[in-house]
Amino acid sequence: MDQTKKPLPDPQDSTADNNEKPNGKPEQEREPVFGRFSRRSFLAQLGAAGVAATASPLAHAVATESEEKEAATGVPGAVPVTLNVNGREYNVRLEPRVTLLDALRDHLQLFGTKKGCDHGQCGACTVHVNGRRVNSCLSFAVMHQGDKITTIEGLAQNGDLHPVQQAFLEHDGFQCGYCTPGQIMSASALLHEPIGPEDDDVRRAMSGNICRCGAYTNIVAAVQQARKSTTV
Amino acid sequence: MEVFRYSQARSVEAALRAGSAGTFIAGGTTLVDLMKLNVLQPQSVVDINGLPLDRVETLPNGGLRIGALVRNSDLANHEAVKKNYTVLSEALLSGASPQLRNMATTGGNLLQKTRCYYFRDVNYPCNKRQPGSGCAALDGFNRIHAVLGGSEHCVATHPSDMAVAMMALEATVHTNGPKGERAIALDEFYLVPGSTPNRENVLAPGELITQVTLPALASGARSVYLKLRDRQQYEFALASSALVLNVSGGRIERARVAFGGVGTKPWRSREAEKALEGQQASPEVFRRAADAALADAKPLKYNAFKIELAKRALVRTLEQTTQAA
Repeated sequence: MDQTKKPLPDPQDSTADNNEKPNGKPEQEREPVFGRFSRRSFLAQLGAAGVAATASPLAHAVATESEEKEAATGVPGAVPVTLNVNGREYNVRLEPRVTLLDALRDHLQLFGTKKGCDHGQCGACTVHVNGRRVNSCLSFAVMHQGDKITTIEGLAQNGDLHPVQQAFLEHDGFQCGYCTPGQIMSASALLHEPIGPEDDDVRRAMSGNICRCGAYTNIVAAVQQARKSTTV
Repeated sequence: MEVFRYSQARSVEAALRAGSAGTFIAGGTTLVDLMKLNVLQPQSVVDINGLPLDRVETLPNGGLRIGALVRNSDLANHEAVKKNYTVLSEALLSGASPQLRNMATTGGNLLQKTRCYYFRDVNYPCNKRQPGSGCAALDGFNRIHAVLGGSEHCVATHPSDMAVAMMALEATVHTNGPKGERAIALDEFYLVPGSTPNRENVLAPGELITQVTLPALASGARSVYLKLRDRQQYEFALASSALVLNVSGGRIERARVAFGGVGTKPWRSREAEKALEGQQASPEVFRRAADAALADAKPLKYNAFKIELAKRALVRTLEQTTQAA
């Protein structure tokens, strides 16, 4: 198939327009909208409806009271945290036990980084901290003030895909796509790491990213293309 | 995960003041994992990543000083380590994944917790996690457990590769704590479980590892790490062998032998060293050393294979290091 440089727009991926958005846009405006509902807002409403249908009036009153209290004072034990993600500063209040992964997804609404095992075994949560790849599920967000964090949303520059993203498209380096942000963050970091030239070197270097669809053959091909197309 | 107090230490002194009532966090790869499982529930976590302990320095005597916060990936790829301490670089690169190696630190790696399934699952009895509750591994699925150093209270293996290499390199752990600074030979740092498997090392509460030093190796020393496991990458050792060897004219002048994956602590074998030193390198000598190393091994129901596996690991590393340079 003839591959053009510009990929088709990906409804799951807000990468391409990242740099065009001003600060502070809420998630609903960043997600592609299908009619009245985005996929995420639809799921959120479904969840809320489920709660309303089952909760007793008393429970509802308690929840409302605690929500009001929370709105006034913040989560108990939460501390102010400033995170620099994809070149943008975010000021949030987080409990110290909130991992970097949960902060990205639940507090900064950056859903590109995926939660797989949540125990540092699958690599789906891989992000860059100061240019190095790490498992964001095994680190507390509060420990990353002052760090420069890059997620999949921040990898493309000025609308141009990162060479690794482009290579994953051209080599079909995924099937279901759930592990893909982690795979791409890992692969884009290894371009700067001291690893050998062979396919086996890539396999070793990518061993921290599990793909349960088994797209490994194409992932290795994509990583090798990206390594050849970039001079680091 | 339970709530906890979080603080950041900017100096070793501040860390020690805060650490007396809490747990230190550096890379977090073990601690955060086990806190999510409720295996560890510290009330206070002291972030030591701001401490100036992240350097690798060559010492005047030719040895190496490694800060406790040096990341595993940086240590593995450090020029002096790759050149002079091959066994350490190989051990580090055989452990975990690249992401985890970017996070995990030298001090934290030494203090890694066991991968025993029953330790990691709070629904099972475990004397290491909850003293006196019993050991589910003894009659459980104990394929990954220890054949050396175990007791009727605990047979959990120590999971580190780095520590096994450092054992063969005769590393020294430097600490600072409520009673001041001290230097502990790594060989005396770890404790076998006995009746107190919850005590894994000689660190006092609030005592902080600040650095690890390695002595200079005798010129001509060769070193190697071999790790055998169920997968080729990103898996803990079933058996591993760290070897530092000096050979002259076919005669083994000096040998330092340590095993991973088979012991309740990173396992140095003086028995194997004694069987090797002064001998002409030969398959018979290698096999005799391997037999001596595992002479006291006690297999459990599912892990007897580890005894032969560890022996072959040592023999293979001996073959590798004695082949003509």
